[in-house]
Amino acid sequence: MLAFLIRRLVQAFVVMFVISLISFSIQDNLGDPLRELVGQSVSEAERQALRDELGLNDPFLTQYWRFAKNAVQGDLGTSYFFKEPALDVILKKLPATLELVFGATLIIVFLSVPLGVYAAIKPNTLLAKAVMGFSIVGISIPVFLTAIMLVYVFAIELGWAPSYGRGELVHVMGYWESGFFTADGLAHLILPSIALSSIMLPLFIRLIRAEMMEVLQSEYVKFAWAKGISPKRIYFLHALKNTMLPVITVGGVQIGTMVAYTILTETVFQWPGMGFLFLEAVNRVDTPLIVAYLIVVGAIFVVTNTIVDLIYGLVNPTVKLTGKQSH
Amino acid sequence: MALLEVKNLEVKFGLRTGEVTALRDISFTLDRGQRLGIVGESGAGKSVAAFSILNLISRPGYISGGEILFDGKDLAKLSTKEMRYIRGNRISMIFQDPMMTLNPVLTVGDQMVECLQAHTKINREEARRISLEKLKLVQIPSPEKRLDQYPHELSGGMKQRIIIAIALLLNPDIIIADEPTTALDVTIQAEIMDLLLELCTSQNLGLILITHDLGVVSQVTEQAIVMYAGRIIEQGPTKEIINDAQHPYTQGLINALPQQGIPGERLNQIRGSMPPLHRIPQGCAFHPRCDYADAICEKELPGFTQSGGCQAACHLVAGRIALKAKAEETH
Amino acid sequence: MQNIEASSPSVWARFKGSHFWHSFKKDKVAILSFVIFLTYILASLLAPLIAPFDPYDMTQFDIMDSEIPPSWQESGDERFVFGTDSQGRDMWSTILYGTRISLTIGICAVLLQAFLGIIIGLAAGYFGGRIDSFLMRLADIQLSFSTLMVAIIVLAVFQAAFGAELYQDLALFMLVLVIGIAEWPQYARTIRASVLAERKKEYVDAARVMGLKSNRIMFRHILPNTLSPILVISTVQIANAIISEASLSFLGLGMPPSQPSLGSLISSGFEFIFSGSWWITIIPGIALIALVLVMNLLGDWLRDVLNPKLYKG
Repeated sequence: MLAFLIRRLVQAFVVMFVISLISFSIQDNLGDPLRELVGQSVSEAERQALRDELGLNDPFLTQYWRFAKNAVQGDLGTSYFFKEPALDVILKKLPATLELVFGATLIIVFLSVPLGVYAAIKPNTLLAKAVMGFSIVGISIPVFLTAIMLVYVFAIELGWAPSYGRGELVHVMGYWESGFFTADGLAHLILPSIALSSIMLPLFIRLIRAEMMEVLQSEYVKFAWAKGISPKRIYFLHALKNTMLPVITVGGVQIGTMVAYTILTETVFQWPGMGFLFLEAVNRVDTPLIVAYLIVVGAIFVVTNTIVDLIYGLVNPTVKLTGKQSH
Repeated sequence: MALLEVKNLEVKFGLRTGEVTALRDISFTLDRGQRLGIVGESGAGKSVAAFSILNLISRPGYISGGEILFDGKDLAKLSTKEMRYIRGNRISMIFQDPMMTLNPVLTVGDQMVECLQAHTKINREEARRISLEKLKLVQIPSPEKRLDQYPHELSGGMKQRIIIAIALLLNPDIIIADEPTTALDVTIQAEIMDLLLELCTSQNLGLILITHDLGVVSQVTEQAIVMYAGRIIEQGPTKEIINDAQHPYTQGLINALPQQGIPGERLNQIRGSMPPLHRIPQGCAFHPRCDYADAICEKELPGFTQSGGCQAACHLVAGRIALKAKAEETH
Repeated sequence: MQNIEASSPSVWARFKGSHFWHSFKKDKVAILSFVIFLTYILASLLAPLIAPFDPYDMTQFDIMDSEIPPSWQESGDERFVFGTDSQGRDMWSTILYGTRISLTIGICAVLLQAFLGIIIGLAAGYFGGRIDSFLMRLADIQLSFSTLMVAIIVLAVFQAAFGAELYQDLALFMLVLVIGIAEWPQYARTIRASVLAERKKEYVDAARVMGLKSNRIMFRHILPNTLSPILVISTVQIANAIISEASLSFLGLGMPPSQPSLGSLISSGFEFIFSGSWWITIIPGIALIALVLVMNLLGDWLRDVLNPKLYKG
């Protein structure tokens, strides 16, 4: 366990270091802080003096060190557009994105497992075939297109659900304003959550079905049948637990894609989250905000991957001994 | 009536290209305390025969004919629920590869307790106590430790002992062992075989031992069945089959044993190889490989001929016996 | 698969006798998918001949014709089967050209992926040891960063650095580059696995004992052996690349509206969907879905028929 934590910490450190390097190079090359500070009317000599004073002429490493030191203390610069600390701007939008991801994750977890398992156990039934047909269509529609079609059908044509924004929010604590506690907030959450899960859900259904079918052919499942234990226990304990191992691994890999999908979903639904903010920042060349976004996303990435690894370790007994997955 | 009586069992596989018959006309009987060996090359249908007794053949295979009478009931006609009562309880199985047989994500204890709890109403503690007892019975080193271990923490030999312990959990009437030592190291093979034999005698178990190894059959079993291309071609007391095989195929198998060969010379292999199930030749399935094949062998399927305590399905044997009988008559 | 490769005169006859062809003939979904896929390829190759208008030629369209619904609707216009967009461009012509761009980017990006992946996979499998573990570690890291996320960040930074105008000229090139570079590990792992499998085989040892150079023989075996996994991967990868391209274009990080791919067409139509001009978004959307769907169906079918050992990751 200790070895695992240390390994994980080192890994997290490396990832954050790389991200900070990238972020710093972006900041270094993109956008000129002087332009924001003084404008066009200042002479070249004065600019140089100011550059020296701000340390912009220092060697790369010195500048990076300063950047990293500030970053660790939570100072990622001030957003050009919002005139506020960039990290604060991002963190204010974080709850919106997290709630959206949470909604989508609920849909994915609670639908993909039963549907995938069913399609594996009874592959020849009509329902299983329908599920698989739906899945292949599902993975063929880009997330943004699903989002647009949902808006068109359910918001514009049918008027069943609101088409944009988060609706009525309740202040919970700190920056966290939640849409989970009002009917209006939940109504606003439905379409974006479905859109966000639209590729992942069929992807996981297909994955779970394929893995489950393979596991059901295994000797240990045959042996379980030979022991006379109940089908329920065989399917949902013996087979499912083994099925989940590769599924969890893939889940970890898909976290990054999920973040990318939030950008697409938030854009279509004008969901006031980090992704939407990021795209605005890109269009405004708001460098500190871009950098802050990268670092926050990097941190989320490290944390979720650690959680995924922990879960994997809990399910797979071979992990604890070797520290590596054995397959 | 015998405890287990298999009558004219037939198994088919429904493949996309059509149906293939994997087993034909398999008949044998077994009682508690008896040990039966089923021998043959891989692909002869031994494992299918073993699995079909517990109705465990995976799709697209199915039992297409015959009866499997156990305790007077036809296992082939039981509902899944009734079948579950038999599996692991009255008849249990030992699989070929211990590395693959235990579920890697469940502890040994879980895998033993669940089997007990599936068939009897006992609590966990009691189930663990019985499990531990059986682990001691299979002579596993430090049995107390094993219940909470995962399969990957154990060696192949230990795993096979645990699998045997699982098979013994509910004091079954019959154990079906499908090549129980093939996947193990040679040194451990003998240990496991000895253990199995000892348990069968001490617990008065019926044993069906499936193997390609005639040596093992001769050590462990009393009766033997030789299979070829989905059929029984010879059956009878093991001693007689080993010492005085009637069927040319059985003779070939015995001659191919290393101890039969002369050191430094090639082993006596049977030429050719067994036909795949969808291309079994007409007449006697063995005739293309048989040194004594006659015109009749290519056309007619031989029936069983009694010779001593053995029955062999061979025209040659039938002819020989007929001649002998005639000679005795005229005498 | 070797049937397709062989160059003897009876190639066609042997192909017709193969398992591959037989399963294809029996599978209606596969046939239909293949026909639709061929239609897409032909339509995009022949776009300049089929399209009634040239969507890149500003003189051919009139802002007065903007937002005309498809011809089967009441206020439709016979000249424009699928209606027009906000600039008065004929949707049918624009979709044809857009498909051409989407397919070009998809195929070129996958060619780049395959090229990088095959070289890296060969290197990893051939040199082994540290180089191998380094390259495979790199593949793991690359895979754990989602392609779409990497592409969004790289393209966003690029656009911010060079300005939108210069970016528009380079968009096609950048899309191919980014999508191509981000997905090499799929190929690399498959190739590496088959190099390793091949190295274990006896003839390599035999050749070595005889003092022959085993490498040439080895590589001559490896590429044919990896053909079926590569075919399966490529089909699905092109579909994914097309989706990625469309997503990037939708975010304004891909093809510009003046030279739209299917994704940028959908994107530019999105703001008009609220005013009821659904066809600018929905029709190219359906074109995109159908294209990706048939590629995925073909990929599934190929996987079932060829049943290659794919690297699970």
